[in-house]
Amino acid sequence: MNPLLLVGLGGTAGALGRHLVGTRLERNRADTLTVNVLGSVLLGALVVAPVGESVALAVGTGFCGAFTTFSSFAFETVRLAELGHPREAALYAGGTLVVALVGVALGGVVATALV
Amino acid sequence: MTESHALSRAEPLLLVALGGFVGAVARHSVSIAVPGGGTVDGAVVGTLLVNVAGSFALGVLLYEAHLADVLSAETRLVVGTGFLSSFTTYSTFAVQTSGLPPMLAVGNVAANYALAFLGVVLGRLVARWVS
Repeated sequence: MNPLLLVGLGGTAGALGRHLVGTRLERNRADTLTVNVLGSVLLGALVVAPVGESVALAVGTGFCGAFTTFSSFAFETVRLAELGHPREAALYAGGTLVVALVGVALGGVVATALV
Repeated sequence: MTESHALSRAEPLLLVALGGFVGAVARHSVSIAVPGGGTVDGAVVGTLLVNVAGSFALGVLLYEAHLADVLSAETRLVVGTGFLSSFTTYSTFAVQTSGLPPMLAVGNVAANYALAFLGVVLGRLVARWVS
């Protein structure tokens, strides 16, 4: 299948999944954190799993890439800071990073153990 | 105008799906267009570009909504929830960061965070300027 079509179909599923988790752009930081961490765990597993090019494109680049979001995360962080909550903004930005990086490592460990 | 009228009748899920498709394809196109791109998890520079550009655009979109409220809910859904959220990515950023040597990883985090936050702030300035 065409690589761009694989990425696009995965991206469609990822965007729908993120929408269904309940992200409403500027409101629900917990939802954004949830999709970003879950997507990072899955992508962390995928990059060490012996998957083919098609799966990597559809599930990794397409689904995980679209399921997670940097723009909503950045907007929410800036919004927190300018509403007078710089400490919460820093905690959200730093917390997302730490939990996502732990998630990537965890995904890799689980995938390595399973295959 | 005809197009936005047609979009306003479409189902929200269809709008998110459409935006998500185009956003992922655009992100992949950027990642293979930059030098060093084309690998499974894309190039670090490509990810930085989409994250900063997408954060700037979302800043324009959401502050425009805050400030002028002229954009329809459907437009925000297809462009914001669909396209921009799919165009930008946290998982690829996290996986790439964890694969870099410590100093480069710190630099990658600093670049993505600082430039994306700056992008949101610049987006607001643009939204104020146009509204």
